[in-house]
Amino acid sequence: MPTDVLMPALSPTMEEGKLSRWLKKEGDAVKSGDVIAEIETDKATMEVEAVDEGVLARILVPEGAEGVKVNTPIAVIAAEGEDASAAATPAGTAKAETTAAKPDAGEAARDEAPRRPAAPVQADMELPEGVKTVSMTVREALRDAMAEEMRLNENVFVMGEEVAEYQGAYKVTQGLLQEFGARRVVDTPITEHGFAGLGVGAAFAGLRPVVEFMTFNFAMQAIDHIINSAAKTLYMSGGQISCPIVFRGPNGAASRVAAQHSQDYSSWYSHVPGLTVIAPFTAADAKGLLKAAIRSPNPVVFLENEILYGQSFPVPDVEDWIVPIGKARIARPGEHVTIVAWSHAMFHALEAAETLAGDGIEAEVIDLRTLRPLDAETIVESVRKTGRCVVVEEGWPQAGMGAEISARIMEEAFDYLDAPVTRVSGKDVPMPYAANLEKLALPSAAEVVEAARAVCYR
Amino acid sequence: MTKKPASASSSANATAARSTARTRGGRRAPATARKTAEADMAADVKTASPPALSREEELEAYRVMLLIRRFEEKAGQMYGMGLIGGFCHLYIGQEAVVVGMHMATKEGDQNITGYRDHGHMLVMGMDPKGVMAELTGRRGGYSRGKGGSMHMFSTEKKFYGGHGIVGAQVPIGAGIAFANRYQNNGAVCLAYFGDGAANQGQVYETFNMAELWKLPVVFIIENNRYAMGTAVSRASAQTDFSKRGVSFNIPGEQVDGMDIRAVKEAGERAVAWARDGKGPYILEMQTYRYRGHSMSDPAKYRTRDEVEKMRTEHDAIEQARQRLLGEHGLSEDELKKVDADIRRIVNEAADFATHDPEPDPSELWTDVTLPHDGPRA
Ligand SMILES: Cc1ncc(C[n+]2csc(CCOP(=O)(O)OP(=O)(O)O)c2C)c(N)n1
Ligand SMILES: [Mg+2]
Repeated sequence: MPTDVLMPALSPTMEEGKLSRWLKKEGDAVKSGDVIAEIETDKATMEVEAVDEGVLARILVPEGAEGVKVNTPIAVIAAEGEDASAAATPAGTAKAETTAAKPDAGEAARDEAPRRPAAPVQADMELPEGVKTVSMTVREALRDAMAEEMRLNENVFVMGEEVAEYQGAYKVTQGLLQEFGARRVVDTPITEHGFAGLGVGAAFAGLRPVVEFMTFNFAMQAIDHIINSAAKTLYMSGGQISCPIVFRGPNGAASRVAAQHSQDYSSWYSHVPGLTVIAPFTAADAKGLLKAAIRSPNPVVFLENEILYGQSFPVPDVEDWIVPIGKARIARPGEHVTIVAWSHAMFHALEAAETLAGDGIEAEVIDLRTLRPLDAETIVESVRKTGRCVVVEEGWPQAGMGAEISARIMEEAFDYLDAPVTRVSGKDVPMPYAANLEKLALPSAAEVVEAARAVCYR
Repeated sequence: MTKKPASASSSANATAARSTARTRGGRRAPATARKTAEADMAADVKTASPPALSREEELEAYRVMLLIRRFEEKAGQMYGMGLIGGFCHLYIGQEAVVVGMHMATKEGDQNITGYRDHGHMLVMGMDPKGVMAELTGRRGGYSRGKGGSMHMFSTEKKFYGGHGIVGAQVPIGAGIAFANRYQNNGAVCLAYFGDGAANQGQVYETFNMAELWKLPVVFIIENNRYAMGTAVSRASAQTDFSKRGVSFNIPGEQVDGMDIRAVKEAGERAVAWARDGKGPYILEMQTYRYRGHSMSDPAKYRTRDEVEKMRTEHDAIEQARQRLLGEHGLSEDELKKVDADIRRIVNEAADFATHDPEPDPSELWTDVTLPHDGPRA
């Protein structure tokens, strides 16, 4: 059957072009790949290649023609010995056919984008009354979480800089090499981009890597794999490839380590669909959430905090302590103002609540625990009761978590607000080294108290 | 392609001995190392005289190379008709690389590559209909229309993408190899990337880890001489890519990537090396893309003569065709049947991809995250 050669589009936006030159003439034999013509747009000159073998039977658009619409037949190629006239396709037919072939579901999609379905929330497993607890540090809780999950699942392994022989730069992986051996506790070279990508590949292929970054400051070298490779592949593969991986390590300001070693990445990662972002405060949450993260089939960014590692908290002494991902915790109930915080900033929130209580202001303190998915429901419910909200974060204010939370409250509880949502955040500067300046750059309990008083008009 | 168990291991040692093209870190005499890159290229690639393929192997290789060529031509045509959007990178000219490498592997071995990925999928036995329908963004596509030309996967066929960030597939491929070693499953991962990608830092981070941990991965650098409009010599201080592993002690070879026989032979050696637990291996495939980088490439960086010369003198499909007609004694008619069969497959794929509906609008929200307490995909 003779085939039409159509005016091609050179880019998704091209609608018409000039047929500048024919390189073959009627009657010439052509084979697939031969350049038969040149066309021009405002951007470029391009060659038109034959896609079939045969004879250039007819040229339908003459050399020099301008404004030739994309998809117009410009020539006819017939097989050897075939009757060329049989291919007298009227111009425009092919175009019409193409358009007709395009399903219109796409138009519908643009007109009325479907609403995002509600995310399924995991069943809560709150601490039963009177359960026995043991006191342990956040560091020990994290280590136990990894060790327990490694005992349960052969596919779980830990990798990162100094995680094995050195026992962890911050001793979080202490004892893991001794129990699980070098096959499952892997010291890597200093090569964040490379080992993050390698971890993603291992996760694609069936393993469950726990990738430790010495601190999240260094994960900026690896962020391409965290976002482009880990977070997006489930979607890009139409649900075929999951990436069960945990990227964990200390995040945020430590103490006196200056600008390059003191950044909070909470809002960076929480921006990304496909990622789950967790930032626990207590040891119980650190343990229960890390175990949940390792079991999750999704890529999880698990933001720890160096200052919290040595802090002790009661941890339930139960067989398999799991904390559900995506649920905030009311750390202190109250009725006058809601204070939202997470990770290390919880110290400021709780201290401020204590001070405020002395003045008769009962603050409700919410520990977010998971930053993505954000438990907006718990926040909104609290704000409906208190009518006021202060968000405490150690990161920078612009496009930060506080900005997001105030937007959500504005969208979902505007009518309940008695005062503007207020942010207490890290100052909008790189972290200074000098002790006094560093202190000034970070949020404090005093600032939280001041903000809470202001929104309570007291 | 149908697969047979690899018997590469024993023959590999024999062929390795007479190969002169290999580079092994630190073992080369200084005098040899001072040779110019161009001299190396000529010497290394021309001295090889690859062993002949059997009639069946040659015919199957021809069939799959032709499938890729015709599929890509059709994709180009459909792009021109506006049925395919965005970026579309065609593999025309490079077919012998994936087909030869695939012949050197066995069932269970994995493939990963960048965005120029259609050939890599077809060679793994992925359905041309599903691939073409992904190009057109339809629900029957491998990623249900959500990935497009650059992002397709098949866990069943062991194809791990389809990656749009230049070089990202290299550590991911090593990670797949890491899982192979961890699970001791005997599989080898083939990680393909371009001459341009070979200048990415993460490639060298990966080389280091792969050799350090002796991962079963073969790094295949598809040197098609250009990264978009940049010729290799304008971007690379060391243009002999087989040497890029020297400082990590990874052996490397330059291979005539336009000769299916040479690719298969070197591939068998490299795959056997990796499968035997000796670690990674680098193959620089000297190849050429006939078409533009993507569809909207005005191709001002090279002459038409250069393209024409490669096409007429080195085309892998034409070479295989001549050998089939000559030493293998097939008739024109027999080959015409193969051609017709391929055309039918490609036309069916195009037809399916044209008429399959777009994804249901509800697909916008699916496959973002899985239930946290549920199974992995
Ligand atoms: C990190 C990154 N930088 C730039 C690009 C844009 N880009 C896409 S392909 C390409 C050229 C790559 O050339 P090469 O590795 O030789 O592969 P080839 O296209 O020749 O197959 C560039 C610069 C990208 N996709 N990713
Ligand atoms: Mg290239």
